[in-house]
Amino acid sequence: MKKNTKIDQDHFWGYLLVAPTIIGLLVLNVYPFLQTVYLSFTNAKVFGAHKFVGLLNYIKMFTSEEFLRATWNTILFCILTVPIGVLLALVIAVLLNAKIKGKVVFRAIFFLPMVVAPAAVAMVWKWMFNSEYGIINTVFHTSVDWITDPNVVIITVAIVAIWSALGYDAVLLLSGIQNVSRSYYEAASLDGCTRLQQFWYITLPMVSPTLFVVLIMRLMASLKVYDLLYMMVGEGNPALGKAQSLIYLFYRESFISGNRGYASAIVIWTVLLIGVVTLLQFIGQKKWVNYEV
Amino acid sequence: MKKKQGISTTLTYAALIVGAVIMIFPFIWMLLTAFKTNAEVMQIPPTILPSNWNMDSFAKATDLLPFGKLYLNTILMIIIRVVSAVAFCSMAGYAFAKLNFRGKNFLFTLIIVQQMIPGQIFIIPQYQMIAKLGATNTLFALVFPGIVSAFGTFFLRQAYMGIPDEIGEAAYLDGCNRWQTFIKVMFPLTRSSVAALTVFTAVFAYTDLMWPLIVNTDINATTLSAGLSSLNGQFSTNYPVLMAGSLLAMLPMVALYLVFQKQFIEGVAMTGGK
Repeated sequence: MKKNTKIDQDHFWGYLLVAPTIIGLLVLNVYPFLQTVYLSFTNAKVFGAHKFVGLLNYIKMFTSEEFLRATWNTILFCILTVPIGVLLALVIAVLLNAKIKGKVVFRAIFFLPMVVAPAAVAMVWKWMFNSEYGIINTVFHTSVDWITDPNVVIITVAIVAIWSALGYDAVLLLSGIQNVSRSYYEAASLDGCTRLQQFWYITLPMVSPTLFVVLIMRLMASLKVYDLLYMMVGEGNPALGKAQSLIYLFYRESFISGNRGYASAIVIWTVLLIGVVTLLQFIGQKKWVNYEV
Repeated sequence: MKKKQGISTTLTYAALIVGAVIMIFPFIWMLLTAFKTNAEVMQIPPTILPSNWNMDSFAKATDLLPFGKLYLNTILMIIIRVVSAVAFCSMAGYAFAKLNFRGKNFLFTLIIVQQMIPGQIFIIPQYQMIAKLGATNTLFALVFPGIVSAFGTFFLRQAYMGIPDEIGEAAYLDGCNRWQTFIKVMFPLTRSSVAALTVFTAVFAYTDLMWPLIVNTDINATTLSAGLSSLNGQFSTNYPVLMAGSLLAMLPMVALYLVFQKQFIEGVAMTGGK
């Protein structure tokens, strides 16, 4: 009898406590997800009725040079930001793990861009990269059109993206490195290992699960890049068509041009792309991530 | 041996200082530019320090953007999102971790799947709902997608999983029902995870650009981030004004960060991977 009331209580409170979250997610995520899939097969605009058009949006998408270019830009952006960004973050994490003074201050400075809105970050970099009066061309005596040259602007944005995410990734990696037991290093230095050998044979394998998490997260974030591009390469910038990412194109199609159906197809493609890249990462991790302690 | 150690420590400091300068320079440049006149920033060669520290750009930025309203909208949005995320995610996280009810595994799978799907795929229908309700340009619209959180639920469930079952049993024997066990005994034990979720939710809400841009196009109803982007559009050539606006927009969060630095960084280390 007592057992029964306990189970009933579990049921009552269980459903009651998960209800807001489940209802909220049904309204905010599940229904929108299905609706987006549905819209992608229609010619929906902002106003008026829409009708089913089958695969037309997808056909239009894969024959659109703008779309293919945006897909390539997104992939290129990942290639430019992820390896260099994660590698630099790892270097910073290792440096911060050394026995040094002022560790807290350094960590706080590296982390700072994370709490600043990308809108503000983008603006100051846009100013520094200004081709006429920007500090970067002045200091390096160059005259690169960092923002308006279609072949350069994606590199410019990649630099800013790396700079923005560096501290965040380093903090994550540092917490992974700090979990490595000191005794491994002591044993290694008794055996005469150099610092570099210690890094290669102890730190790297031990931190590889954290490194994997950071890599996945950074790849996902880079595939979704939007806000820095939106702020640095606005409408009217001649480089826009050559620099826009998939999510930027999605934003412009859905909320500026009002092509809701077509935009839905673009966002579904983007999410599929993210899914495939993440899956490949999970398959690839078996080769290099070490889960043994 | 000792000398070698000294060299590597020096190199470590040197690398960290160079890195720190690169990280902080843009903010210093922002500050210096904001106090210069537009004529001064177009001088060649450029000046480092402003020839005189004038505040005109700040006055202009506050003229162009209703900063009082932007602060208020942003703060209210953050507070409501944090409170509702913490409340609902705690409730659901506790239920998923500690209670047995039919369909639990199915519902939790739903949470995990949603947590992995990028939010952009929900945006068009979310916007259509807000538009249909006639709720564009309201605080409700800003808060809407953040009322509940699949990630937060998943994250807090982990925290409740870490609390031994015996604690709940003891509370039950003392005559607490499930709600009392949750609110009086369990919830206080998840303090550090709740702090981490708070930081995560607040920073995400503050930095998010696309949603406020779409849903609250009225400059008086939007957030600091979206407000800045409109300044960028209108005043794209007056850099001192843009820098002054950026400074004003970033100050509150940076101030919070400097005070609660430990919580911010620990919060990130805990919620990391999202």
